[in-house]
Amino acid sequence: MTGSFWLPDGASTLSPDIDSLFYFVTWASIILFAGVAAAIVYLAYRYRRRPGAVPARVKPSKIVEISWVVLPTILVLVVFNWGFRLFIEQSVAPPNAYEIYARGAMWKWDFEYPTGTVSTNELHVPVDRPVRLVMSSEDVLHSFFVPAFRVKQDVLPDRYSSVWFEATRVDTFQVFCTEYCGAGHSIMLASVITHSQGDFEAWLASAGVDEDTPLPELGAQLYQQQACFACHSLDGTAVIGPSFAGLYGKTETLDDGSTALVDDDYLRESIVDPGAKIVEGYQNVMQPYAGLSDRELSALIAFIREQE
Amino acid sequence: MTEDKDRNETPQGQAAEERGDYVTHAKSIGSWLFSLDHKRIGMLYAVTVAIAFLLGGVFALLVRAELLSPGEDFLSAQSYNQMFSLHGIVMVFGFIIPAIPGFLGNFLLPLHLGAKDVAFPRLNLASYYLYLLGVALILVAMVAGSVDTGWTFYTPYSARTGPSVLFLTMAVFIAGFASIFTGINFIVTVHKMRAPGMTWNRLPLFVWSIYSTSIVQVLATPVLGITVLLLFLERLLHIGIFDPALGGDPILFQHFFWFYSHPAVYIMILPGFGIVSELIATFSRQRIYGYMAIALSSVAIALLGFLVWGHHMFVAGQSVVSSVIFSLITYLIGIPSGIKVFNWIATMYKGSISFKTPMLYALSFLVLFTIGGVTGIMVGVLAVDVHLHDTYYVVGHFHYVMVGGTTIALLGGLHYWWPKITGRLYSEAAGRLAALLVFVGLNLTFFTQLVMGSRGMPRRYNDYLPEFTFLHQLSTVGSWIMGAGLFLVAIYLLVSLFRGKKAGANPWGGATLEWTHTGPRPDPHNFHRTPFVTRGPYEFDRIPELVAAHRDEPPPDAQPDVHLNQDRT
Repeated sequence: MTGSFWLPDGASTLSPDIDSLFYFVTWASIILFAGVAAAIVYLAYRYRRRPGAVPARVKPSKIVEISWVVLPTILVLVVFNWGFRLFIEQSVAPPNAYEIYARGAMWKWDFEYPTGTVSTNELHVPVDRPVRLVMSSEDVLHSFFVPAFRVKQDVLPDRYSSVWFEATRVDTFQVFCTEYCGAGHSIMLASVITHSQGDFEAWLASAGVDEDTPLPELGAQLYQQQACFACHSLDGTAVIGPSFAGLYGKTETLDDGSTALVDDDYLRESIVDPGAKIVEGYQNVMQPYAGLSDRELSALIAFIREQE
Repeated sequence: MTEDKDRNETPQGQAAEERGDYVTHAKSIGSWLFSLDHKRIGMLYAVTVAIAFLLGGVFALLVRAELLSPGEDFLSAQSYNQMFSLHGIVMVFGFIIPAIPGFLGNFLLPLHLGAKDVAFPRLNLASYYLYLLGVALILVAMVAGSVDTGWTFYTPYSARTGPSVLFLTMAVFIAGFASIFTGINFIVTVHKMRAPGMTWNRLPLFVWSIYSTSIVQVLATPVLGITVLLLFLERLLHIGIFDPALGGDPILFQHFFWFYSHPAVYIMILPGFGIVSELIATFSRQRIYGYMAIALSSVAIALLGFLVWGHHMFVAGQSVVSSVIFSLITYLIGIPSGIKVFNWIATMYKGSISFKTPMLYALSFLVLFTIGGVTGIMVGVLAVDVHLHDTYYVVGHFHYVMVGGTTIALLGGLHYWWPKITGRLYSEAAGRLAALLVFVGLNLTFFTQLVMGSRGMPRRYNDYLPEFTFLHQLSTVGSWIMGAGLFLVAIYLLVSLFRGKKAGANPWGGATLEWTHTGPRPDPHNFHRTPFVTRGPYEFDRIPELVAAHRDEPPPDAQPDVHLNQDRT
């Protein structure tokens, strides 16, 4: 594990300030806690019950009582003010920030760049330049969390929220979904891949439609990128949807009692309009994957056909 | 000991003794199930709450066991989500909200006030059955199928998942009414049923805390009722309120939900404060330091508690200005809690401190609640909360408050009043061992959660990255130690119930009325004569028996059979 006992290594311009505040509160807490614990232990030992000892009457001291109201109040107001100023910095993106649209859906992240390129579950950003994500959700609440950048923001359907950060080093960072969103919540993961400015431009120019990869191989990549694995296993276990193992050529019983042969047309329909035919015993929870190109659909079908 | 005036002296005083105490005077099952006696209703709550705690605890152990290693072990993602949801729902609505007011509050409030019963005994019984119906509906929802929304029922997810979420919202709605009725009942009882001489500043601090709790119950719970009703209507009639697909606003749901659920946190913790005040005073044999400060800080917390709900929503999409205001008020509410801790500690000064099991729980409470409090300050810091929100740091924080605070206080209260409730003593050695196990297990379970949370582990994950494995394993081992401690408590208390040594009327040397003015178990109508109160609740130096016992050795808690009340019943 990298990082300190409490925090992972920071990698954004704001993380050192937030960490300082975190440690200030932590150390103040530890000192306060030590004081409380020491007082308890001392008093418990000093005034333990002994035969014949009569408790003395204590008159509460006004000064003592006022001091333990006023001193903590001053302390927390200092902390509030510090947290407040940093929060304003966190909330307001610099005007020159590079904007990327992020869409959360059960259970994947799509990132759309100003050039029109879309990447799934991989957010590519340049370092040393503020990046602002404008986010929305296709279904339920999600939340975009990058621990290394110390940023988090809920993502809502039918409205936009935003978050900004400026990465400080070239590396790959973990993204978590931190608003509970159902069975695939804990695999709704993504990475932030940071590039130097030049590399980022190069990545952006090269990223796009893939015409070279053989279909089954492209299908295998899409199976990961589109997070199909969240619901469809390759080893025959039924998760949220039917397993892909041995699926092709099988005759499925549907929830209305009719049957359907799993062929290319059936698979295509099940990807772009999952609600059309529901296999008996499963819920209608899959989102339509309407954004896939014809080649990508063919690739996925070819990949599924190979699973035996 | 007190200069009691024999008011209402009647010849029935002697006859009452022959009728037996509140347990023995009537034995049929109906006499328990339909009793209007606050003490028996308290016992009905005790049994139901204990069952809910057992269920919620088993769910928690299953959740922790699944997290022993990354990946799906024995629960599928869907089952895991149902499990943590049920843990939350059963613990919050079935256990921690009703536990102390329903069980100890019912049993003690009239005894503490010198009253015969609560103001509305029939309403009291009705509250219990509403609560029972709520718990039963939760169980129906469990059997009927999947509820996987977490206890927070956030929309729009809760609008999409399985239909049994409807059962659960109804359960919560009904249990809410139990809470409202209990609150009204207790407020009226405190105002109108105090014995002669029982002025406001002679009330035991337990009464002050239950009184503050009741205010919150009455004012906040209707909002929860309305919210779940709207959820219900939206789902059934497709009226767009919270679901954006219907034109609703999911953030509105969060506002409504936390407008209840943050004050509900104080419904959960305030009664615990009351218990701890009683324990520390009695076992230090010392007047509470700053009685009025503790009493009024409970009221202050109850009122300020309504103005901080937005601190659950710093990253939810509410405006920055709202977040800033909510953060500021959140700090202000931390102050009264701090005042309490300092006063409790100061109460030990120049006392005569005995380390019986209840006191061990009280001392555990001081330590654990301090951790719960300072981590609460941390998550109230705007900029830092952005990082910590919805991670295990928050899970660790509120478990330090709910388990380290409320549950530990409840355990302390259970042990303290056990002789008064059952008339029997439990094994002191087993009690101390269990208190130690719970303390160690609890810290291992939840401190590791603080650390993994600030390192970035999100909550409500059934699967996690390998780097968190070690911390998750420590936490799971901690849950086993805590579970073992709690099972030990259940075992020795059951043994005590049937085989325990008979307790005296005042085994700990308490100075509140239930110890000084009733028998080992109180009579069906509590007091043979209405007590006339001439002193405060913690004036141990004005109880002649205790003063006498201090002169002679050994101290009185070594002689459990001091029948202080015999001469005045």
